Amino acid sequence: MENFYNLVPLIVIIPAIGLLINLFAGKYLGEKGVGIVAVGASTGAFLVSVLLWIALVDTGFEAAVVNMPLLDGWIRIPSAGVEIPWQFRVDTLSVTMMLVVTGVGTLIHLYAVGYMHGDERFPRFFVYMNLFLVFMLTLVSGNNFLMMFVGWEGVGLCSYLLIGFWFDKPGGEGWRNSDAARKAFIVNRVGDFGLVLGVLITFWTFGTLDYYRPHEEPLHVAAHGAEESAPVFAPDVPEAEAVEHAPSGPLGVFNQAHLWLEEGGHRVDFGLFSMSFEATLTVITLLFLLGATGKSAQIPLFVWLPDAMAGPTPVSALIHAATMVTAGVYMMVRSNVFFHASDTTSFVVTLIGATTALMAGFIAMGQWDIKKVLAYSTVSQLGFMVAAVGVGAYAAAMFHLVTHAFFKALLFLGSGSVIHGVEHGHHHVAHAHGDEHHAEPFDPQDIRNMGGLRHRMPVTYWTYLIGMLALAGVIPFAGFWSKDEILLDTLKLGTEQGRLDGYVGFVLLLVAAVFTAFYMTRQVALVFWGAPRTEAAAHASESSPTMTVPLVILAVLSVIGGFMNIPDGFPVLGSLFGVHELTSWLEHSVVYAHAGSFNFLLATAAVLLALAAIYAGRLVYNDRVLRTLRLDPLEADPRTSRAFALANAKLYWDEFYFKYIVYPFRDAAHWLADRLDWAFWHDFVHNEVIYGTFQRATRVLTEPVDRGLIDRAFNAIGEAIRAAAARLRTIQTGYVRTYALSVLFGALLVMFIILLPVIRELLGM
Amino acid sequence: MFEVPSLSDLNVGATLPVTLLALGACVLLVVDLFIPRERKSITAWLTAIGIGVSLVFSLLSLSGAVEFGSGELAFSDMYRADRLTDTINVAALITALLGVMVAYDYLERTRLQRGEYYILLMFSAAGAMLMGAANDLVIVFIALELLSIPLYILSGFRRPQEASEESAMKYFLLGAFASGFLIYGIALIYGATGTTNLPEVWDAVAGVVAEDSAAKFLVMIGAGLVLAGLGFKVAAVPFHMWTPDVYQGAPTPVVAYMSVAAKIGGFAALVRVFGMGLSTFVLESGAPAAWQDTIWLVAVLTMLLGNVVAIVQSDLKRLLAYSTIAHAGYILIAVAAAGTAGLEDTAAQAVVIYLIAYAFTNAGAFAVITAMEKDDASNTSLDALRGLASRCPWLAAAMAVFMLSLTGIPLTAGFVGKWFVFKVALQADLVAAAVVGVLTSAVSAYYYLRVVWMMYFEEGEGDAATPPALAWAIGVAAVGTLVLGALPYLLSDMAREITLAFGG
Amino acid sequence: MLSEYAPIAALLVISVGMGILILFISRIFGPFRPTARKLAPYESGMEPFGPAIRRIPVKFYRVAVLFILFDIEVIFFLPWAVVFRDLGSYGLVTMGVFFFVLTVGFIYEWKVGGLEWE
Repeated sequence: MENFYNLVPLIVIIPAIGLLINLFAGKYLGEKGVGIVAVGASTGAFLVSVLLWIALVDTGFEAAVVNMPLLDGWIRIPSAGVEIPWQFRVDTLSVTMMLVVTGVGTLIHLYAVGYMHGDERFPRFFVYMNLFLVFMLTLVSGNNFLMMFVGWEGVGLCSYLLIGFWFDKPGGEGWRNSDAARKAFIVNRVGDFGLVLGVLITFWTFGTLDYYRPHEEPLHVAAHGAEESAPVFAPDVPEAEAVEHAPSGPLGVFNQAHLWLEEGGHRVDFGLFSMSFEATLTVITLLFLLGATGKSAQIPLFVWLPDAMAGPTPVSALIHAATMVTAGVYMMVRSNVFFHASDTTSFVVTLIGATTALMAGFIAMGQWDIKKVLAYSTVSQLGFMVAAVGVGAYAAAMFHLVTHAFFKALLFLGSGSVIHGVEHGHHHVAHAHGDEHHAEPFDPQDIRNMGGLRHRMPVTYWTYLIGMLALAGVIPFAGFWSKDEILLDTLKLGTEQGRLDGYVGFVLLLVAAVFTAFYMTRQVALVFWGAPRTEAAAHASESSPTMTVPLVILAVLSVIGGFMNIPDGFPVLGSLFGVHELTSWLEHSVVYAHAGSFNFLLATAAVLLALAAIYAGRLVYNDRVLRTLRLDPLEADPRTSRAFALANAKLYWDEFYFKYIVYPFRDAAHWLADRLDWAFWHDFVHNEVIYGTFQRATRVLTEPVDRGLIDRAFNAIGEAIRAAAARLRTIQTGYVRTYALSVLFGALLVMFIILLPVIRELLGM
Repeated sequence: MFEVPSLSDLNVGATLPVTLLALGACVLLVVDLFIPRERKSITAWLTAIGIGVSLVFSLLSLSGAVEFGSGELAFSDMYRADRLTDTINVAALITALLGVMVAYDYLERTRLQRGEYYILLMFSAAGAMLMGAANDLVIVFIALELLSIPLYILSGFRRPQEASEESAMKYFLLGAFASGFLIYGIALIYGATGTTNLPEVWDAVAGVVAEDSAAKFLVMIGAGLVLAGLGFKVAAVPFHMWTPDVYQGAPTPVVAYMSVAAKIGGFAALVRVFGMGLSTFVLESGAPAAWQDTIWLVAVLTMLLGNVVAIVQSDLKRLLAYSTIAHAGYILIAVAAAGTAGLEDTAAQAVVIYLIAYAFTNAGAFAVITAMEKDDASNTSLDALRGLASRCPWLAAAMAVFMLSLTGIPLTAGFVGKWFVFKVALQADLVAAAVVGVLTSAVSAYYYLRVVWMMYFEEGEGDAATPPALAWAIGVAAVGTLVLGALPYLLSDMAREITLAFGG
Repeated sequence: MLSEYAPIAALLVISVGMGILILFISRIFGPFRPTARKLAPYESGMEPFGPAIRRIPVKFYRVAVLFILFDIEVIFFLPWAVVFRDLGSYGLVTMGVFFFVLTVGFIYEWKVGGLEWE
């Protein structure tokens, strides 16, 4: 089964083939064909991931590095000592990501076949979707930071293309869509700038970008596990030599960092100055964090994600909830050796994550758009993961990443189903009234226009409810387990190591968890409970099976997904499903993965708080309120109306950025263009100085110099040669036969000249 | 027993610039079929991208920043990737890029917009590049065909205009005729030395001369025939007669491209065959190679005839056709100089420098004619230039730059080329050739400056249209001509490391 | 060195001699009763006499060229197939390249309508 490792290039190749087929032949295949190709490609990639999983289990979790055929010497600049191969890394961390990306991705592809039905750019949509898979899988499967960066930029591109997919919608909506796409792209540039700087410094420091060289295994730390593993090298590379030859030696960045950290006192030379290795790592990780705040939508760069909901819903589910936005978390978990080394960075990461979680949870309570609520919820949950990274709970972060992928994809797909259903109801109503063309503006995403849908759309309702319970953290749904682990680890950082960020983070996250339960209750109540508030909602209909089947599968995963990492000490379930399965699986590739034990008190408290929040939500959004919803009850109540307004206005983040960054930047650009470039450079320097001077100079030169000198000289010589030329010209008859003859004679002539010495010799001359 | 090479022996990496271009052309040939006729700009863009990618690879290789493949030899020693290859690649690719830019709008307005144009152009550029990389006479021949056949078709691209068809037919018939000479010459050299591999020929020729056997004659006649075949390609007198007719009849953008590309390919092959393979063909020790006299005589003839006949031409395309003949003569002096032992490298450098300078200048000059030409292929006479300067000042300025460069005025690229050519000629004691070269240059000033005169000092209706792509092409060519002329070390540094040495 | 070409010269002599011999040997040994029709040269069922320059639709020419092109290139596969095992992956890849070029040409020819008669 080790041979399965060699299949890993296929994980990128299969979706690439899928997208090429749809790109070139999509027009002729029809919706069905395109769907089969796209879903097939995604399924193929999923099967490859499963085979890799089997291979890992079979070989005792031995990581493998596989070269991409044809691209293995991807970038080689011998003179500069640069060698970055296109290598895949199959280890437990990358396979986890592959399984999530392809597994959830396949379900969403399937769902999208139903959702995008009838769209005029149906094939293109799936081209983009498969392209996204290609880049996302490149991102998670690479064995070096540059491949990660390629994937990172690639998914950004796909995100841009897909957010603006409906750029041509009429009535200003198209503009809004493409604005959202551009916003996402530009905001992400800021983060990417951080990442690429971090990668460059990494390269400067280590002389390589490989995570681990093919012969290496991650060095584990003595302090952390009962099982200490000694450094493992291939026999032909002695350990001592390996250290001496650094930084261009045979070690990957993480093990090298590990050794240097253990040695202590290593310095990095930056030419103009040098820095201690530890400080360098702090700089690198802070830059990585900037990258992560862009891609994973954290303060201060999260503002693009809510707008990104302009894209089709499957896109929101796949890219902006389940996979792409988790790239930042993956990147930080992958670099756990770096992050672990810097307390400063850990502190910042924890605070950013926890604050984001709370802030986004707060905003989510005041939104009316069904997808915006989910978007802020995503930002909030990503905050949980980032905070987990900050407190060093890498396994918990990955765990939450996986479970979140299940239930957030479920919720997004559910919301898509709802939107579809309501839109359908709206068309039905408009048709019945016969005024299709004069339909009033109607927003099918506004939850005020819904209500009572549980009867019209039962499958969507029940699956959505499961997703909501999982997100709210109610036992035994998936979200409970992962969120509980993060909370526990955060608290432990405070209690066991006395760290302030542990306490602060814990409080922020706990409040955020309560908010989560509350806004999800609010959403479910407004959408599904009570009675329909519009005719469209009253006539909504359940979606087709291609859409509901993925919902059901994801719902099942959202129920059982948490059992993959039951904490030890948990009654019954632990012995049923095994304890810390995910953590011990990840330990093989994540050096600082560690398992937290179960804390009964905290778990109970968290569940009770969640249930209380749900109950409170139900009280506020009771059936009476739901019947005639004019204002949100929180808005109506004078005690909370200001807070609600604040949440509804998204805490004025966008306004803040526009006032202090976008407008000043635009004004500066205007000034440079009008004043400096046009008025000074063009009008003055070009027109006056250069052009004017040249014109005056030529005027002087033409008359005396040209007329007087050149003209006369040439007339004299010219006439003589002209006469000769006129004679030579007559050879040019225009007949091919003449020309061919000339070539023949020419060849003979050449041969004659070349043989002349020999002929002379023969004749004795 | 024939030993099967392994795949890595192919060393495809070393051939990447040309392989990529050829592969791109193949793929584009298919892709183009699916591009609707009114959106051929896509093909043009793809072509430009393909050429650009190849150019980037060539430049990377040239700069030495990146080493492609392992070692110089590839494809079972048939392909040689050295500095000469790199520089020829760059020259050919720049020409091709200019060719695409010049052609796009012309094809659009004359309704010739077909994807095949660009694809043929790519193929022929690949041929020119391969000629520079040839390490085997067989490759020389195949590359020559790959260069020529697309050019035959391109000449007749303006179907059903008779002049265009006639030029294609002429070119094709005479080209096939000349190819016959070439392959016959190759066969004779093979017969005498038992190999077609240039380093091995180099090795064997010394032995052939030493034995003083009849095989000596075979090499001599073979060399003469190869010279005839390649001389036809570069339009050397007396194999030049097709040139004015074909250049006049073929669509002007094609001429802009082929007048340069065919010369790049032809001279690269001449340098490879004579400078490399036959440089040891010395009959008496201490004397220059046996073919040197022949080549410089041909060079003198070419310079004389080209420059003198150009004077009486009244059609601009025809005038420039004779001008290209004349320039072939100048470059041939450098080739002849390669016959003197120890000067092979310097001569090859001079050839490359001249070719690159010539590429910018000549492609630019024909691009200007493209801009002037009307849709019915008229308006290319000298008279049409009258008053061009007042109506299109920038265009006239560019044309003036090209004419000055063709004349060889200092501060233009043409001067740099001539400088190096005459210098190596003097080093090789080819004083007569150098003197004729300088004198004919002076003669050429007459007709080149007449063009400038017409534009600036005659009143008339001269007019031209410069759509963006064409304007860019002319601009790039003019800037290139000036920059290479003002900063001569750019060219000489680029060529400095060219060396033909091998074997010992 | 030239002596190596002796076999070729011999082959030339023998083939020319054989041709002449065959022409006359039947005349010498066989019965010879000529009629006008028998004496007429046989040319693929076509009228042997007529104007030298006749108009033939250019389509024939096109098809013939295409046929020869692909025919010869396909024949190239035969010697390759014979030594396929010895050549191994090298042979496979290089032939793959050859086949790729051939296929590109074929697709082009097909798509531009080169195979259609009308």
